[in-house]
Amino acid sequence: MSATTPLSGCVVRLGDDVNTDLVLAGEYLNLTDPDELATHLLERFEPPVADRIGPGTILLAGRAFGGGSSREQAVLAVVARGVTALVAASFARIFFRNAVNLGLPAVECPGAWRDVKDGDEITIDLDSGMLARPQDGATWSFPALPPFVADLLAVGGLEQWTRKRLQAIGPAD
Amino acid sequence: MSTFHRSGSRSAGLTTKILAAHGAGDAAPGALATVTCDLVMMNDVSGSLAMRSFERMGAARVFDPERVVLVADHFVPAKDVRSAELVRDLRRFAERHGIEHYYELGRTAEAGIEHTCTYGAFGALGLGFGSTDIASALALGEVWVRMPETIRIEFVGQPGPWTAGKDLILAVLRQTGSAGATYGALEFSGDVVDGLSVDDRMALCNMAIETGAKSGICAPNDAVLDWLEDRSVPRTDVLAADVGGYDHLLRVDVEGLPPLVARPPDPGAVTAVDELPSGLLLDQVYVGNCSNGTLSDLRQLVAGLAGRRVALGTRLIVVPASNAIHRAALAEGLIETLVTAGAVIVPPTCGACFGGHMGILGPGERALATTNRNFRGRMGHPDSEVYLSNAAVAGASAAAGAIVDPRTS
Repeated sequence: MSATTPLSGCVVRLGDDVNTDLVLAGEYLNLTDPDELATHLLERFEPPVADRIGPGTILLAGRAFGGGSSREQAVLAVVARGVTALVAASFARIFFRNAVNLGLPAVECPGAWRDVKDGDEITIDLDSGMLARPQDGATWSFPALPPFVADLLAVGGLEQWTRKRLQAIGPAD
Repeated sequence: MSTFHRSGSRSAGLTTKILAAHGAGDAAPGALATVTCDLVMMNDVSGSLAMRSFERMGAARVFDPERVVLVADHFVPAKDVRSAELVRDLRRFAERHGIEHYYELGRTAEAGIEHTCTYGAFGALGLGFGSTDIASALALGEVWVRMPETIRIEFVGQPGPWTAGKDLILAVLRQTGSAGATYGALEFSGDVVDGLSVDDRMALCNMAIETGAKSGICAPNDAVLDWLEDRSVPRTDVLAADVGGYDHLLRVDVEGLPPLVARPPDPGAVTAVDELPSGLLLDQVYVGNCSNGTLSDLRQLVAGLAGRRVALGTRLIVVPASNAIHRAALAEGLIETLVTAGAVIVPPTCGACFGGHMGILGPGERALATTNRNFRGRMGHPDSEVYLSNAAVAGASAAAGAIVDPRTS
């Protein structure tokens, strides 16, 4: 597998137990346009953080990030804002799936949640499993992504992966 | 997870056996595997994105129209034009792909339950997924999974009066918290589970996901097999867990269990109803949906009301989980009793549970609900509150206009 360029971005810190109702409230689930969904991202989160989330943001959360609803609209709103990656002490399982399925890197790193401050610039090397803060040289390691998940991220997500798979299989009749 | 005891056994639980029989082979917990799907179900909300993704994948057809179920449930009856478009898209998808299992208003969908883990009540493994997973499963008939560690939940003892399946799962949540079983597969056991009705098993399994688990399951008992036979569901092989076939064991003492309540904003913040502060006044009591909208729940609600009217200043909204349940409740006179007491009956829909429509809370309002989540703003305004309980507590509390203990009210 070819090495990927480390990701880099500016951290916006959230909290523990940031569930999908907080990421995107249920009342907006009748929307389908990613950009429209993105305008409601984390709009109920206290303290307000939504205005600071854009291209180059790395969202950092604590325990059970994305718990609750399976609503993929929540991750779609994150992706539409241009967020680079998600880092959390732990993820709820469907939220993690939805992220990597949409090609958004999601990394479990409790040490980063403990130490990294709001506004810190960090880099994430998915291949070596290393998260770093260039400012002071601090680093935190995280378990490497399973090969299949790395493949998903490499092709841009499950949609692209399935598309290739269907092309490989060819028409059924 | 410190309360769990490792078994060290190499024998398998029900969840592992089902996954193994669907292509996972002997993949170990934590490993990824691809498994085939017996059924792929999507609704108007998950489907809205999944159908678009399915098209972009270049998929010409679904893997097997017989194995696809479409349920319009979240925003029905459509609350606005956009919701109507979601439901229309779902209906068209069913037509285009020859999917007969399409359910909308007025048709009974026994499968129409949002919390997919509820299938565990029937000894089936129901896993919840997002839209792109569903789109891929529609195209390929398979899905990737991380093999879960099995957590055997062993209930010890018999619960006290005015309790139900809801209280069993709240008792589990009281011990695990709302993320304590993340990625695990719950398998419920114990004498109380063996004797549990289908309705109570559904309530029990429905909130498995609130522990962070990916699924919850009970070995089928006679009540389940009879229920399936009554509905002409084809029998498949019934698998059984091996003795000691689990990775972790959690004993939950339910001897004499009182009715339990989960306090906002956390389904894992569970308290005995009589340990709550008194005077928690209620603007709304909401009974129904996939968690607790069965005939048993409606009976418990009526028992809790005990012939009284809904308190002035409190709204009682009742959502039978299906058209069939609504009809049965009519035939039993439950609906008559409820409407006479001042309740409003809402058609089967996910409705206000997820903050969609038909009972949204305003700022500062408080509700008691038999639904499965009470996150901040879940049912409406961020400064509203939702407490979770069984339907009997809901009935007694609707009559009192405040959260009360049905044993003493």
